Parts: sequence; structure tokens; C-alpha cells
Amino acid sequence: MKPFSVHRGLAAPLDRANVDTDQIIPKQFLKRIERTGFGEFLFYDWRYTPQGTKKDDFTLHQPRYKNASVLVAGRNFGCGSSREHAVWALSDFGFRAVIAPSFADIFANNSSKNGFLAVVLSENDVAEAMRRAREIDAYHLTIDLEKCQVRDEQGFLANFQIDEFVRHCLLNGLDDIALTLQHEAEIAAYETQHPVPQSVLRLAP
Amino acid sequence: MPEKRTLFEKIWNAHLVAEPSGRSCILYIDLHLVHEVTSPQAFDGLRTAGRRVRQPLRTVATVDHNIPTEPRGTPITDAIAARQIEALQKNCREFGIRLFDMDSPEQGIVHVIGPELGLTQPGMTIVCGDSHTSTHGAFGAVAFGIGTSEVEHVLATQCLAQQKPKTLKIEVRGRLQEGVAAKDLALGIIGQIGTDGASGHVIEYAGEAVRGLSMEGRMTVCNMSIEAGARAGMVAPDETTFAYVKGRRFAPRDREWDRAVASWRTLPTDDGASFDRVVVIDGAQLSPFVTWGTNPGMVAPITGRVPEPGSMRDGDRRATELALEYMALEPGKHIEDIAIDRVFIGSCTNSRIEDLRAAARVAKGHRVNPKVRAMVVPGSQTVKRAAEQEGLHRIFLDAGFEWRESGCSMCLGMNPDILQPGERCASTSNRNFEGRQGRGGRTHLVSPMMAAAAAITGHFTDIRNWKFQP
Repeated sequence: MKPFSVHRGLAAPLDRANVDTDQIIPKQFLKRIERTGFGEFLFYDWRYTPQGTKKDDFTLHQPRYKNASVLVAGRNFGCGSSREHAVWALSDFGFRAVIAPSFADIFANNSSKNGFLAVVLSENDVAEAMRRAREIDAYHLTIDLEKCQVRDEQGFLANFQIDEFVRHCLLNGLDDIALTLQHEAEIAAYETQHPVPQSVLRLAP
Repeated sequence: MPEKRTLFEKIWNAHLVAEPSGRSCILYIDLHLVHEVTSPQAFDGLRTAGRRVRQPLRTVATVDHNIPTEPRGTPITDAIAARQIEALQKNCREFGIRLFDMDSPEQGIVHVIGPELGLTQPGMTIVCGDSHTSTHGAFGAVAFGIGTSEVEHVLATQCLAQQKPKTLKIEVRGRLQEGVAAKDLALGIIGQIGTDGASGHVIEYAGEAVRGLSMEGRMTVCNMSIEAGARAGMVAPDETTFAYVKGRRFAPRDREWDRAVASWRTLPTDDGASFDRVVVIDGAQLSPFVTWGTNPGMVAPITGRVPEPGSMRDGDRRATELALEYMALEPGKHIEDIAIDRVFIGSCTNSRIEDLRAAARVAKGHRVNPKVRAMVVPGSQTVKRAAEQEGLHRIFLDAGFEWRESGCSMCLGMNPDILQPGERCASTSNRNFEGRQGRGGRTHLVSPMMAAAAAITGHFTDIRNWKFQP
């Protein structure tokens, strides 16, 4: 996994609550069997007309937000379907982090497995960052996972909390399968105590 | 005095493999369900890292999300979907995993076939790369949806690194009125606590109204837990649960069954155990519900009206305005006056035999409104066969409903079953998100009875006043 320590990037506002993963990456684009190539379909229905024409007025198509890498959004971001494709699409489009007052649990989990940061700030701090992203040209935010801080160059500073272990994995880009396999002896012991039941053995293909 | 524990805590603790300090717990997974959409990248990850599937026997796969519901054998015209299905077939062969494939008499929606085959059992930990895995919690299991990275993690280790969620008890007092279904209970709860009302929590549903539900009803309620943001939803196992599981294909038998039931009886929450939060709902006050907006918390009783954004606080007002614009609804409109174009009876929320019986009872002796196209998609081939044995398909076909093959179908519209732009649908599925059932489509979530009634009258109709034909 790509490590995340400090990222400074252009911030784009998405002033909506409950942005669901169907919106982030609509279902017709989930049929790919690779992890890459989802970025062009990010927020597809908001970015393109049904005929496939680009909607120039959508935030991410405005020239001032081109190459944005920090998204500032409303609460409960990433709700709905568990599709990790939502995180892949955001990453592939160029985002490294989303800042919101809250995230759906599965989305937050998926983010942490992809070197992508889901940063929870208070409603007030998010509203302020959103306002600045709208009003200040070339507005950049710095997300500092070392210090657990979000800041800009105009005096905005907010601290965030993140699970210490998730932070450790993100900072070091750790593969959590390898971490779990460090417990091989315990897993094997558990499996000895809890063998596959007879009823399940009938599942053998 | 031993410590008082909840149903969730008992199962969680029994599955802890390790609790490394400063790290997430390592939780053992009893059953891993796999489908075509969220697994190919996980299998690729295994191959890249040279890892195997640790417990193929604890892993079960089916195809459901993007298969067509036309008669089996009809070629899949979507080449990318076909490639995804082929990838699952190949992965299951390569890694030795049981696959209930397209042509299997037991194929179906993963959350329908797990319980139906007796794979889902009380006390288990169950995961699947699908958010509606919460369905299996109806059996008193800890069951939750995971992303593809975690699918790979479970394939490789049969474990997950997890932080312990909080617990939320939702106690539903009283009995549901006639005509008020499990779906209405779920929508009523989400309407009250909101789509993020249970974030970070595992819900245990309790109380008289929940105890009175069949297993199908409990599955509907647990299924919708994720729509309240919950990590999982659960109902304590009881005689209703045991009666459902007994005799199913992969359920314990003989002495193994007796031992299993004895152990399952110890699972319910101890008297006096505490939850992080408790919400009490008066079940007797609930009515049939219809969603009017673009998330499942935007819900009104059938006797109600589309809300007025003007009367709301800022954040809610903006969300309501956006939703009403997308849904093309005027504030103040009576819910019963909303006319529909399509009806979808199906999905992992409401496609089980009891759901089809409820819908058929409403449809019997009536005709689908000529302006409406209505389809019934059984959750599995087993449900389809059972319905046909009971003659339910005749009732639907005679009334003018389409009777299709099993799959996720128009719940998420990955297969060809989708709404056209602007079409309005009464749907028994779980999500009314923008574009969920097809771009520009407008989804209203309802119970199977309410969906069948809307198909016949052409608009939402209070099922409590329905004239059932004998």
C-alpha cells in the first residue's frame, strides 16, 4: 500500500451530505475485474449528461478545481454499497483524501486499505474549509497524518482523530494481510479448537 | 456473578484469535460468501502475492449481481459482465471453492441462498463483499459487509483485523398492525434514527414486534441495518430460528444438531447486559411507509404527504430540495396521489417465499394497471420453485406481472433490468439513491404488499384498506 504521511493539495468542495457509493461510482462501471481505470467514471451521473456530454458546471470540471486532490464533503460520505471501487475511483481521479464530518464505516475501512485518507473534522471546521475552497482561488489544504492536522496557509488549523493502528499502517504503507499472518500460530490454534463442522465438510466441491 | 454480555459480545469474544496490543483485534470468520462483482481483484491479489485460500470449505460463491433474469440459457450480451462471471468461475476452480453457478438449481442472491442452504447459522461470524451481508444477522450471527481488500484478507487468512463496534439495542414494543410488514418496521426505524443513526454500531433488534417476525421478516429488518449506517444487525436466535435452520442442506444433523442447538440457546443477551445505546420504538404505531426522497431515511407514512423543505433546518432543507428535484415531487403532495410506472418485487431485502406470498395475496384476482410494468424476481431458484409449486407464479402471471429468473436484478440495475430516465418505481429493494435502479430513475421503497397494490392501482395505496380476493 502507498504510504500516506503529509499531503498538500488543491481542495474542491462537494457540498452534499450522504454522498453514496452509487453516486461515487455507478454500478455500470463495476464490471471491470481490475483495480485501475475507475477514475474516468467518478461521479459519472453528475459529471456527464445521459448522452455522455461533459457537464462543464459540475464542480470538478471547473478549471479552478482541475487537479484537485482533497475533496471537502458533507456528512455520512460514502454511505451505501460496500464497493471498494468508490475508493479506487477517487484515487484514480487524483484524490488522496476526503474531509467530511462523518463517513460510512465500510467506506472508511476501504479507504484505509488503499493509502487514502478519510479525515473526520467537526461540522464547523468542514463548513469553514468548504467556504474557503469555494471563495479562495487555488485554495490548498495540507493533511498531515504525522501531526493529525489539517491546515492551510491562511490560518485554518484543525486537529483530527484516527485509530492509532490505522494511522501506523497508513504512515508505513503496511500490508495488513502480512500483519495478520504474523499471528499464524494463533490462527492455527484457533482452527484446531474450532474445526470445520461436519455439516460444512459436505460443501466440498 | 459472571459478566452480563450481549448477543454480539458473546459471538465477538468467541471468535477472537488474537488481541495484539495497540492493534485491531484479529477476528475469525466462519463463513465467507463471495460473488462476482467484488471478488476478482481480491483473487488477483492472492495470485500476485502467491497466497492460497486458507479455508476453501468456509468459502462459498454464487453469481447474482449482474446475471440476466431472462430464462436461463439466454446468452449474456454484456461482454464485460460475462467476463466478470467467467473470472469467478475460473477463480473458484483454481482455488477449490464451491460455486453455485448460473445453471445451479440453488443459484440465487447470496443473502438468500446462505440462509436457504443452512450455511447461515446462529453464533457465526459471516462476511461478504456486499453491504447487505447484515441480512444474516437475523439468525443471531455477526454478519457484515466488507470491501474487496478485506475479501482478499479473509481469503488469505480466514480472519479480519477489526475494531470492536459499539452496540445499539432497538427495542420494538407492541405488535405491528395488520398490513404493516417487516419492511415498514425497517423503514420506520431508519426514518426515526436517520441513515447514519447507527454508524459505528451493531444493532440488536429486540422486543415483541421483532420476536413475532418470521425468519424472512427478521432478514428484511437486518438487511436494512446498513441503510441506518450500522455495521451489522442481529436478532437473538429462538425456536423460530431453529425451526427454519433444521433440515437444511448444510445445517448440522443428528447429534451435531443437538449440540448446536444447545450452544445456540446460550447466545441471547443476558438479562441486565448493557448496550452503548438503546432506542425504543412503538411498533403498534407504525404504518405502511413509502420513501419520497433519495435515501432510505426520507420516508413518510402512506397516509402522509411529501414534506415541505421550507419548514426544515438548513442542512435538511438543502438535502430535501435536491431530493425533491431529482424525484420530481411537489412538497405537500399526498403520498397516495403519486402515480408509478414500474414495480419491482425482488432483491435481498424482499424476494423470499414469504414476500412473494404476501405480494401474491394482494395481486390475486386483480390486474396490473395498464400504465404499469411490474416484475417479480424471486431471490433464488429454490424460492422460484417453491413459488411455482404453490401456484404463486400463476397468480402473478394472470394479474399481468412478469415472472423472472433469480438474481439481484433491478435492485441495483447491473444487469439489463433498469429503469428508464424519469420512470417512477415502487420497489421492494433497499436503496432509493439517485440512479440506483437506472440513471434518472425514481425509486420509492415499499413492502411487497404495498408494491403489489401500487402495481394494480397505478399509485401508492394504503394496503390496510385493500380488498383481498378469496
